[in-house]
Amino acid sequence: MAIQSAPADQAKLHTPLTMAEKVWSDHIVRQGDGEPDLLYIDLHLIHEVTSPQAFDGLRAAGRPVRRPDLTVATEDHNIPTIDVDKPIADPVSRIQVETLRKNCAEFDVQLYPLGDIEQGIVHVVGPQMGLTQPGMTIVCGDSHTSTHGAFGALAFGIGTSEVEHVLATQTLPLKPFKTMAINVDGELPAGVTAKDIILAVIAKIGTGGGQGYVLEYRGSAIQSLSMEGRMTICNMSIEAGARAGMVAPDQTTFDYIKGRPHAPQGQDWDEAVAYWESLTTDSGAQFDAEVHIDAATLSPYVTWGTNPGQGLPLSSFVPDPADASSGEERAAIEQALAYMDLTPGTPLRDIRVDTVFLGSCTNGRIEDLRAAATVLRGKHIAPGVRLLVVPGSTRVRLQAESEGLDQIFLDAGAEWRGAGCSMCLAMNPDKLAPGERSASTSNRNFEGRQGPGGRTHLVSPEVAAATAVTGTLSAPADLGVAS
Amino acid sequence: MEAFVTHTGTAVPLRRSNVDTDQIIPAEYLKRITRHGFEDALFASWRNDPEFVLNLPQYQGVSVLVAGSDFGTGSSREHAVWALQDFGFKVVLSSRFADIFRGNSGKGGLLAAQVSQEDIEHIWGIIENSPQVPVTIDLDAKTVSAGDFMCEFEVDDYVRWRLLHGLDDIGLTMQHQAAIDSFESVRPSFKPSVR
Ligand code: SF4
Repeated sequence: MAIQSAPADQAKLHTPLTMAEKVWSDHIVRQGDGEPDLLYIDLHLIHEVTSPQAFDGLRAAGRPVRRPDLTVATEDHNIPTIDVDKPIADPVSRIQVETLRKNCAEFDVQLYPLGDIEQGIVHVVGPQMGLTQPGMTIVCGDSHTSTHGAFGALAFGIGTSEVEHVLATQTLPLKPFKTMAINVDGELPAGVTAKDIILAVIAKIGTGGGQGYVLEYRGSAIQSLSMEGRMTICNMSIEAGARAGMVAPDQTTFDYIKGRPHAPQGQDWDEAVAYWESLTTDSGAQFDAEVHIDAATLSPYVTWGTNPGQGLPLSSFVPDPADASSGEERAAIEQALAYMDLTPGTPLRDIRVDTVFLGSCTNGRIEDLRAAATVLRGKHIAPGVRLLVVPGSTRVRLQAESEGLDQIFLDAGAEWRGAGCSMCLAMNPDKLAPGERSASTSNRNFEGRQGPGGRTHLVSPEVAAATAVTGTLSAPADLGVAS
Repeated sequence: MEAFVTHTGTAVPLRRSNVDTDQIIPAEYLKRITRHGFEDALFASWRNDPEFVLNLPQYQGVSVLVAGSDFGTGSSREHAVWALQDFGFKVVLSSRFADIFRGNSGKGGLLAAQVSQEDIEHIWGIIENSPQVPVTIDLDAKTVSAGDFMCEFEVDDYVRWRLLHGLDDIGLTMQHQAAIDSFESVRPSFKPSVR
């Protein structure tokens, strides 16, 4: 069944619905025959890279921002993570950041610029401020907007034309998505993290497997995760081709939101929680597709290739193109191995890295830094390895410093940086050199993603930290550390 | 936006699956704040290779890109669509497009036409043998023809209607202001506001 397109009240009375369908139907502004549904957008997040042309469009048409009070901007993608008090050295980046500042001032949009305590990666900032809540529709000109689905919001990335559309109308015309349940049941073995779950999911369904779907992550292994872990999983839904990922809100969610600056208060809180509790998928609701994963079979995952679906357990070997099931797959493996400079049959644990990047909207939250610090405490990174630790937001940075994590990183030989996207996409000076190899807690191992010619292995924060210590892809267990 | 009814031009085979938006336009080029002038950025790192298909003499002046499956995965950057258009592409054919890329194409007037992988392989064969063969995409009939070969393609009905008439979404939505007003008037008070 596709996402329900009947009017909300009627639909609720008759058909058991999935969470995505409920959120969808509660936001329908208008439906017309043969037209996409017009959906209301509760929160629009903005950053410097995908917005300038959208504001230009508004200006050209003489349109205001319809709801500045539902719009918030931050600087994250191309800003430096050192010398943040000085003007941005790269003139092109500087112009883009200044353009965002001018646009936000002109259109009355709240901006958290570099140097502000609320600045950070857009997907870290929203949840941290309590702006991300269950049952909302949230969009941003960034594909990892799926992160916010961890709260039971319907959150997805949009292009610049759509950014302009939302600025002008606070709505988007959208065709209903299909729904897919990703059931992860059972107990996670020690040392297996949220990142390993999502890398295993993408390896299983492929980079196109979620195309056209909203994924709902369900099951006991998902319920046992913290909000940070759920965000890591929803964040990478897009890497499976899905527009959005969701997790049902529960007490873990409510506890996380309560008391944050934009959380509902007093009577509003009670009403909100009652509504949030009503959002979970009804028993008997039908998903268009279902996937089952036994949590007990999982182990730390790493990627070996050039898309996030090319991942395997750390204990396995670089695959052989000869084992591919189709010509297209064989070509894809050959291209990936040539780019990554890897030989079939090599144990993944033997792969030596030059740089380890700990950060991004996937794994740049406080819990991620704590996990890595636990592994690094009292240890030093391998000679010749560079470890870059980049908090997801300024508040994460301050929190880490108040817990002394920065000192653990520095003592281990790491660089401790300001908040931003940094080496996740290498738009700022933090880049891999051509041919350099990284273990990275980010979400994309595409060719050149972390710098032209750079080679990326996606890993969890725990694996990143252990890898920095040994110099080759490793898990904390290899160091005798329980994580 | 200009209406799109039919297009005839020459085509180039891109024999790769999972061409992500970081390949279509590397992040470095996303710092520009204009909407045009991205032709130099298209497939920037691959174009350093003289053997890359877009550098071959027989594929100069092409306007149809015939790509492998899962084209346009990754980032939401609409710059990928702009770069393809600035380079001269009017149509991309693939057996599967990433959702956001396909959406962005429809907004900007680039036709992302979905063709079966079997038909893609067929067209690859034709344009590799005769690079100059005219390829025609008829949006009204939803067909692609190359020489004697013809196949159908899939495209969202609503996007097709908008492209055929050259209509833009914001203008269409602006006609429904009253519906938006009335939706807003009953939004619950517990929904967060940035202020
Ligand atoms: S950290 Fe990476 S994935 Fe996340 S918003 Fe920044 S660039 Fe995008």
